[in-house]
Amino acid sequence: MTFTIIAESSGDSLHPTTAQLVGAASSLGNGSTVICPGGIGAAEAATIAGVEKVISVIGDCFSTFDGGAWASAINSVCNGVIFASASPIGREIAARIAAKRGIPIIQDATGLADGITITRPIYSGKAVEISTVAGDCVITLRPNAFDAAEGGASAPVNVVDQSADVTIAVMGAIAKASERLDVVEADIIISGGRGIGSIENFRHLEEVADIIGAAVGASRAVVDEWGMPHSMQVGQTGKTVTPSLYIAVGISGAIQHLAGMRSSKFIVAINKDPDAPIFGVADYGIVANWEDAVPALKTALAAL
Amino acid sequence: MNIAVLLKQVPDTTAKITVADGRVDENAVSKWSMSPYDEYALESALQLSAGVDGTITVVTAGPDRCNRMLTDAAAVGADNLVRIDVEDLSALDSTQVQSLLAAAVQNIGADVVFCGKQASDTNAGSTGPGVAELMEAACVTLVSEVSADGNGFSAMRQSSSGSERIAITAPCIFAFDKGTIEMRRPNVRGIMMAKKKQIKVISAADLGVDIGAASVSISGHTPPSQKAAGQMFEGADSVSVVVGKLRDEANVI
Repeated sequence: MTFTIIAESSGDSLHPTTAQLVGAASSLGNGSTVICPGGIGAAEAATIAGVEKVISVIGDCFSTFDGGAWASAINSVCNGVIFASASPIGREIAARIAAKRGIPIIQDATGLADGITITRPIYSGKAVEISTVAGDCVITLRPNAFDAAEGGASAPVNVVDQSADVTIAVMGAIAKASERLDVVEADIIISGGRGIGSIENFRHLEEVADIIGAAVGASRAVVDEWGMPHSMQVGQTGKTVTPSLYIAVGISGAIQHLAGMRSSKFIVAINKDPDAPIFGVADYGIVANWEDAVPALKTALAAL
Repeated sequence: MNIAVLLKQVPDTTAKITVADGRVDENAVSKWSMSPYDEYALESALQLSAGVDGTITVVTAGPDRCNRMLTDAAAVGADNLVRIDVEDLSALDSTQVQSLLAAAVQNIGADVVFCGKQASDTNAGSTGPGVAELMEAACVTLVSEVSADGNGFSAMRQSSSGSERIAITAPCIFAFDKGTIEMRRPNVRGIMMAKKKQIKVISAADLGVDIGAASVSISGHTPPSQKAAGQMFEGADSVSVVVGKLRDEANVI
């Protein structure tokens, strides 16, 4: 079985999930070929253990994002079973390549076994689906769900110059309102809900976030009612996150919110209501007013 | 302008999902709704259509129960309703679903297609880009607004550094994220008119599509793994204890 991995990039470098994609492919017993769209991170990809070859695909089309153009440019070097990250860009290119090749795609896998047997959460984690696929297919993998392959190897890098027609013209860019870390990228997230009373009180969460390098998230209620940016929303109609540590403050834990964060590695919940459903998924639950608990959290973290 | 909107009926986000005999029990779903991201697509299509005197055809694939969703779409202003009759949509793989939807869109002669960035059941996000590929069209994902601009469209989409305004010409697909718009509520007249609106039910054969056999087979469903009960603490004084545990037991800070 031949494995092709579409590398994930972040700015001008390789995204850490790329090593997880390689690790997942290796767990099925094969080495893999890594394709770097736009050539980004090719040298680094070559050092990942289990990589047999890196193909750096360069071309004008990679200067802006047009999923159709990117897929056309890299399709000719794809082969066999194709893996990509279940990030927005990864999902889109993967879906186009699958449709181009007439093979099925399974998005957002959290487990892989021989066969190929694929585990993925459905209904935003309210159930888990196990399926098998025969023949070539495209599979995207949920970030942080698979162990990363080690470094220290050195695979050859081939450069392929292959552009494609771009049909989406970027007319102008608007920078993010805040330079804060994105919840999807963060290893630690502190989220606030209606229980913290007002949008102004988010600054207390931001202060905690600054101490530990965390991202700040929000429940749907505060995004909809207080006008927080949708990019901060964690839950079924927001982001699905899998950080090492998720701290929920004043979030009761509606089923839609749990769907977006229940696969976090460790969950701390702070809520004054001992019966709040958020405590059902928490590793450490603290029944307290946020007004008392958040300053205590700040002090304790600053003292580490 | 011919505008197609792809809709999917999904268990409402508030609905409990139960697994019986190794399968999700669809009969136990208390409420079925239009997938939230599809609502943004439909509302945006209605707004675009009003400015260009367009015709909106909503298309879904699924069983009889989806008729209700199509009628709801008609109540807010969709002109034509099409249901591709599929008894068990979840048994089809992406290749099969996309070939049906792409054929229906071509049948309609759509200039532009609107859909949600993903449906809230599988949260996959394959349909927009996949159908675009089969149509040999561009697909703009994570879109929050679209307007007609000369011979093409102007749209806002999310990007890694914030957002971008893009320009594109038809044919193309826009896959919607949550933006600032919300789907309008139907008025009484809309609801009455919608009840009389015919739903065109078509089969794969009507579309001239042979979907073949699925190459993905579902072996089963399970409920999510239950976490062991966590440790509970009382009062803000316990925060420092928890922080200590996060450092020493969990090793996450």
